[in-house]
Amino acid sequence: MALKPFYNEMYAADGSVRPQYAGFADWLSKTPPEKIAQNREAADLMFHRVGITFAVYGETTGTERLIPFDIVPHVIPGKKWEEVARGLTQRITALNAFLHDIYHEQKILKAGKVPADKVLENSQFRREMMHVNVPGGIYAHVAGIDLVKDTDGEYYVLEDNLRTPSGVSYLLENRKMMMRLFPELFAAQTIRPVDHYPDMLLETLRNAAPVGVDSPTIVLMTPGNFNSAYFEHAFLAQQMGIELVEGIDLFVQDNTVFMRTTQGPQKVDVIYRRIDDDFIDPLAFRPDSMLGVPGLMNAYRAGRVTLANAVGTGIADDKSLYPYVPEMIRFYLGEEPILKNVHTYILTNKADLDFVIANMADLVIKETQGSGGYGMLVGPMSTKEERERYKRRVLDAPERFIAQPTLSLSTCPTFIGKGLVPRHIDLRPYILSGKSVNFVPGGLTRVALREGSLVVNSSQGGGVKDTWVVD
Amino acid sequence: MLSRTASMLYWMSRNVERAENTARILDVAYRMSLLTKDADLQDQEWFAPLNITGSLFPFSGRHSIVCAKEVLHFMALDAENPSSIYNCAKQARENARAVRGSITSEMWEVLNATWLEMQNMDEDRLYARGISTFFEWVKERSHLFRGVTFGTMRRDEAFQFHRLGTYMERADNTARMLDVKYHVLLPSVDDVGGAVDYYQWSAVLRSVSAYESYRKVYRDSVTPVRIAELLILRVDIPRSLHFCMHDVYKILCTVQNRSSAEATRQAGEIYAAMQFGRISNIFSTGLHEYLTEFLEATDRLGEEINQSFFAPEVIVPHEAEKT
Repeated sequence: MALKPFYNEMYAADGSVRPQYAGFADWLSKTPPEKIAQNREAADLMFHRVGITFAVYGETTGTERLIPFDIVPHVIPGKKWEEVARGLTQRITALNAFLHDIYHEQKILKAGKVPADKVLENSQFRREMMHVNVPGGIYAHVAGIDLVKDTDGEYYVLEDNLRTPSGVSYLLENRKMMMRLFPELFAAQTIRPVDHYPDMLLETLRNAAPVGVDSPTIVLMTPGNFNSAYFEHAFLAQQMGIELVEGIDLFVQDNTVFMRTTQGPQKVDVIYRRIDDDFIDPLAFRPDSMLGVPGLMNAYRAGRVTLANAVGTGIADDKSLYPYVPEMIRFYLGEEPILKNVHTYILTNKADLDFVIANMADLVIKETQGSGGYGMLVGPMSTKEERERYKRRVLDAPERFIAQPTLSLSTCPTFIGKGLVPRHIDLRPYILSGKSVNFVPGGLTRVALREGSLVVNSSQGGGVKDTWVVD
Repeated sequence: MLSRTASMLYWMSRNVERAENTARILDVAYRMSLLTKDADLQDQEWFAPLNITGSLFPFSGRHSIVCAKEVLHFMALDAENPSSIYNCAKQARENARAVRGSITSEMWEVLNATWLEMQNMDEDRLYARGISTFFEWVKERSHLFRGVTFGTMRRDEAFQFHRLGTYMERADNTARMLDVKYHVLLPSVDDVGGAVDYYQWSAVLRSVSAYESYRKVYRDSVTPVRIAELLILRVDIPRSLHFCMHDVYKILCTVQNRSSAEATRQAGEIYAAMQFGRISNIFSTGLHEYLTEFLEATDRLGEEINQSFFAPEVIVPHEAEKT
């Protein structure tokens, strides 16, 4: 479709190999295609054996699929990464400050930098969290910030994920797989390691313990094995050596959380929960939730247990507040944003709405509360009927949508069939916040395997790649 | 360790052990049926696997005749039969998936790979591959799992619950197998030394991999009383009742908690009867009666284990009340 010159990660416009890809290109030219084909098969087999799968919603219960893995890495030069890292640190620091502020003094609303109604009337704003002090003032202990590169080769933040971002297990397994299949690649150049992520995560969780708890009992709480990210929950719990619990394993007594063990009840101090706010406590939120723990919210508010991420972080990654993140950075840190936002049309503005309705075929329209690529309209890829249907929904409730120009996501060579073809990618770094902000270099690279597709989500036919930060 | 995790580990190993035992039982039935040319007698052999596993009733609900093809399919591949080898492999893998944090990656990979291969198995492939080859494969996967477990798993509580499941399931299986074959083990003067009896007896031994052990222990011809003694009372035979209950008792002593005293007592009682029992007394009580009682006792023990470890009543410790 589009004839715009996409930014190709590996090749410059003149067809030469970009410097950061020199090592890989060299290896590619010297390695017989049969060996590559053989190793691609070996990778599939190994991923199956290890059971790195995800469940797909809407298909038969228990359906498990493999996320397609591509062996061509996404390579980022070390210097560029340093800049991105500074931008991510800045952004997550501001977002945590924003969360603390709106659940306390609400200075940013009073200053008129963020429209108060967008926060206070948002269903993701949790009144239960007003004036609750969380340890260290950290709300989003684990964040995933999605980055894309436009034709200019600059990074843009596509969205922030501050609730229960997933995918980090693929990052770790992809690297393990690449090192197993192509050790020679790692011997030939300096690729920054990523496998210490579970240690960093454990340290972050330990530091988040309630005040006065010296050696906290930490658990990972999962909705159960029908959740699409169950593999990851089990994987991370194992890597950190902590218990993987479900709601039924926990109970609350006297504002203290216990888990049921073979040796009787054991007190729990930190819960790394991979379950949404709505389901966490049937007494506080959705009463029909079978996944939660009655009384958990009270124990949490009393400061007897830490939830990571905190309850109520969803307000800061809501798409209707995304346009204001640069303003948050200026307001709380007094700095100019390092990472750019994608220009966003706010559909409650009459002018923006008119423009969007007139240009639907060129724009991407998203629900403010959607995630995982569900419920979004990619203008250039849509049919006239789809646009008509979407238009009616937008006009019905413009506050529930935002629109952005269709970005020309950068491409990376990808094996499809027997040959290499360019496919669109994005990058999700995982950011850990505690006493300081930490991350492993790079992140998870997702790739849209369908030709021309811009949707990289695994639930929508996306694949993954190893991400290298090279020096 | 989480009660739910302990329960999953226990059932994971019970499922693996059950798959292996079912393969053993079917393999023996298959070999026995090859010994006779009489088609009716051949089919007779296929009642045994159904009886041993207590699945004659569910089987007859869906099949009108008992024959090799039907029984094999029902017990090996039938997705509708909860104790088929197919379902044991599936369940074991599901259990393992729920406790991946408590087992090693190698253990998980064995069960996952087994299930992936099992999923691709159908009747055509089973026969193309050879029936015995399939049973060998099931046994090898179980051996591999056991080896990987012993070679990689930390000797923690999880390891104990895993073993507890193995021995509870194995004791149950050996007892059932003996019980169904008890008629061939009953001492009778007639036919002793007859070729058919000899094959029947050695088949019993082979089904629990105890044929060589028998030779070493007794250095004598195969007799039913000695077979029963070997498989009930010898503590050095890894599939004997005594061996299993010895380990069950020791494990329960290791993992004990505030509500498990009764489980330990019951296990100790069964174990003591094995330790001090005499084969002559067992035969004078009646082998069938003895085994029936054993199966009832281990059932009660299983329930007690469930109550004290997997579904414990909530008793909040004092420290929690103080704070």
